[in-house]
Amino acid sequence: MADFETPELKEIPEIPKLKEGAMAHSKPYIAKAEFQEELGFPGELLDDWKEKAIEKIGDLKSRYRSVQVFLDICVKCGACTDKCHYFLGTQDPKNMPVARQDLLRKVYRRYYTFAGKFFGKLGIPEFVGAAELTKEVLDDWYSYYHQCSQCRRCSVFCPYGIDTAEISMAAREIMDSVGVGQKYCNEILGKVMKIGNNLGLPEPALADTLEGLEEEVFDDTGVPVKYPLDVKGADILLVTPSADFFAEPHVDGLIGYGKVFHEAGVSWTMSSYASEAGNFGMFIGSYETMRRAALRIRKAAKDLGVKRIVFGECGHAWRVAYSFLNTLAGPFDFLDPNYPVPQHICEFTYDLIQEGKLKFDKSENDHMTLTFHDSCNVARGSRMGSKMNGQFEIPRAVIKAVCNNYVDMPADTIKESTFCCGGGGGLLTDDLMEIRVKGALPRMEGYKTVVEDNGVTNLAAICAICKSQFTKVLPYYGFGMTDIVSVHQLVSEAIILSDAPSEEAEDSDDSSE
Amino acid sequence: MSALSVTYAILFYLATAVLVIGVTRKIMQYAKTPAPLKIPTTPAPVTKQGVVLRMASEIVLFNSLFKSNKWIWIFGWMFHFALLLILLRHLRYFTDPVWFWVELIQPFGKYASFAMVAGLAGLWVRRIFVERIRYITSPSDHVMLALLVAIALSGMTMKFITHTDIVKVKEFFIGLLTFSIEPLPSDPALIIHLTLVVILMLVFPISKLLHAPGIFFSPTRNQVDNPREQRHLAPWAAKLDADRD
Ligand code: SF4
Ligand code: SF4
Repeated sequence: MADFETPELKEIPEIPKLKEGAMAHSKPYIAKAEFQEELGFPGELLDDWKEKAIEKIGDLKSRYRSVQVFLDICVKCGACTDKCHYFLGTQDPKNMPVARQDLLRKVYRRYYTFAGKFFGKLGIPEFVGAAELTKEVLDDWYSYYHQCSQCRRCSVFCPYGIDTAEISMAAREIMDSVGVGQKYCNEILGKVMKIGNNLGLPEPALADTLEGLEEEVFDDTGVPVKYPLDVKGADILLVTPSADFFAEPHVDGLIGYGKVFHEAGVSWTMSSYASEAGNFGMFIGSYETMRRAALRIRKAAKDLGVKRIVFGECGHAWRVAYSFLNTLAGPFDFLDPNYPVPQHICEFTYDLIQEGKLKFDKSENDHMTLTFHDSCNVARGSRMGSKMNGQFEIPRAVIKAVCNNYVDMPADTIKESTFCCGGGGGLLTDDLMEIRVKGALPRMEGYKTVVEDNGVTNLAAICAICKSQFTKVLPYYGFGMTDIVSVHQLVSEAIILSDAPSEEAEDSDDSSE
Repeated sequence: MSALSVTYAILFYLATAVLVIGVTRKIMQYAKTPAPLKIPTTPAPVTKQGVVLRMASEIVLFNSLFKSNKWIWIFGWMFHFALLLILLRHLRYFTDPVWFWVELIQPFGKYASFAMVAGLAGLWVRRIFVERIRYITSPSDHVMLALLVAIALSGMTMKFITHTDIVKVKEFFIGLLTFSIEPLPSDPALIIHLTLVVILMLVFPISKLLHAPGIFFSPTRNQVDNPREQRHLAPWAAKLDADRD
């Protein structure tokens, strides 16, 4: 399939031996000048990049407490060394979280700490873990900070909560600021700023797609479920990842949201201006870029005059939405104060289920035994509902309400300990296929366990990146690419539409058999 | 007044100044650097009390480390709590009369030194023999362990082998507290012990020992998870909002 070997799935996952430099060759394509400049970054590597990079470290550490504190306080205890899926899948020691941080930390120490300056002058900066900033170091940054999906698993296990995601975001911003950006992220951000979504789908294309969906759902159910776009005065603005408009299995999730809204009897709309839930500004660590993208949602909500904002299934989008949206684009005092801003579609569906407003025929999903993949940004960067750990309970409750067969993967691979799909953090691009496949190893091991022990047939997720990534990597590990399903796809299968014509409902039942 | 007493008096004043000023500056830097985004890591408490509990369990029990690695946890915890007992026990050299509870912990403090050395030894062995930890180790990490072990061993030498004139030592330190320099005994074990302690105090504000004050400022651990309820805005980020509707 490719020019690298897919790692072997072990019965009992083990901590591998180190293989130095195993992934040093992995580098994503560099962003072209036009995309760099669109985001306000230099088009190519600056002549005085070294001075500028050092300056930028100083700027970031003065604006982000995380950067300043995390660079200072790591004691090199090693507790995080076996927690990263990219290390477990590649054996490259620079993929151990602390070693990944050290790539930046050693430069910080050299130029910003007494110990580093002192031993640097003596010519032995490495004595205190400091190092000069050289082209090799910059190359290492580019390579290894693009082998971090910013999943925060390391942060859960660090005694001080040191979050390597914060460090790789900072490192990517430093690189952008000296002219070396990543093509995938920065091109996508360019499309969001110009057109409104990551895929660059303009309004007519969206309208067309949604009309097609309406027809499809009508043929299937006999019910005129609507998928409205740019409807002024609707109650709810749905912001969903643009992959939901056509990718599989994403679109089945979107169909599901529409059916839930239909049953709830609420008026809702999507926006062509803010037709993207995802916000890659987070991946490149740029507050300003992330804010620019987030403000599109504020503007759309105002222009359309909605009362609530609901987000579709997307992991990092939900982190930005739940944790950052209020900061970046709030306050949302022009929306209905009776609802949290924003809400997750799972919270929305869950509340309706609690109120007994949705009816399901669970047997529609009986051909599957499901497990749930906790997407890292939802699991470790956000919450749902009003209680701690709602982000684990609510999606599971929704799945269990619509499916009879559900099994969790091993406890040390789910919830707060979940393993990333391998494609998060701006790595979901073909030029990083090797690291994506290798990084999926621990997740695949967890999945294999329940496939073999419990007859699990499918993996449900609430993240557009996870869904695309699994579609690609499942086959490398001998599983079917369609094993991955959307949570609202399951809802969509089981939901009983109360205005369905009775015979036709049966007909469509037969045809789906 | 011997040259030795004067030298060590000066050293201790200097080391104390460096420690206090250095750590205070660091704390001020951490405190005034904004955390522009809400980034608590799961399981993130939704109330202030919850954060206090979380922080307490991290500091007293090393909760995250426990989840992470039982070996590092047991050695690390043993070392830190032995060190705490020993430090508290040392209060008797600075107080007259000695506080009641300091008296009470003397016997425990005395034997805690064994736990301290055992904990440090365990960590050191792992640093040398576990490939992953060896990879992330700098020479200074070994030096730090060596320093702590040597402080413990020199202290134990005085306690268990060649007793030093403890009454004189106490007079010296109480003297320092009132800015008068009393004679300091010149036993080699004592001098080594005190020298190493001075070094430790001097490197504290410029080394990874900053994890002690730093953990309180770790945004992934000290933030309340309430971003939807309360708008969290850093001063530099608020400025961006000026040109917005
Ligand atoms: S667990 Fe935390 S303190 Fe320990 S090595 Fe990793 S980042 Fe450093
Ligand atoms: S954030 Fe995730 S991907 Fe990045 S170093 Fe930590 S565990 Fe690895």
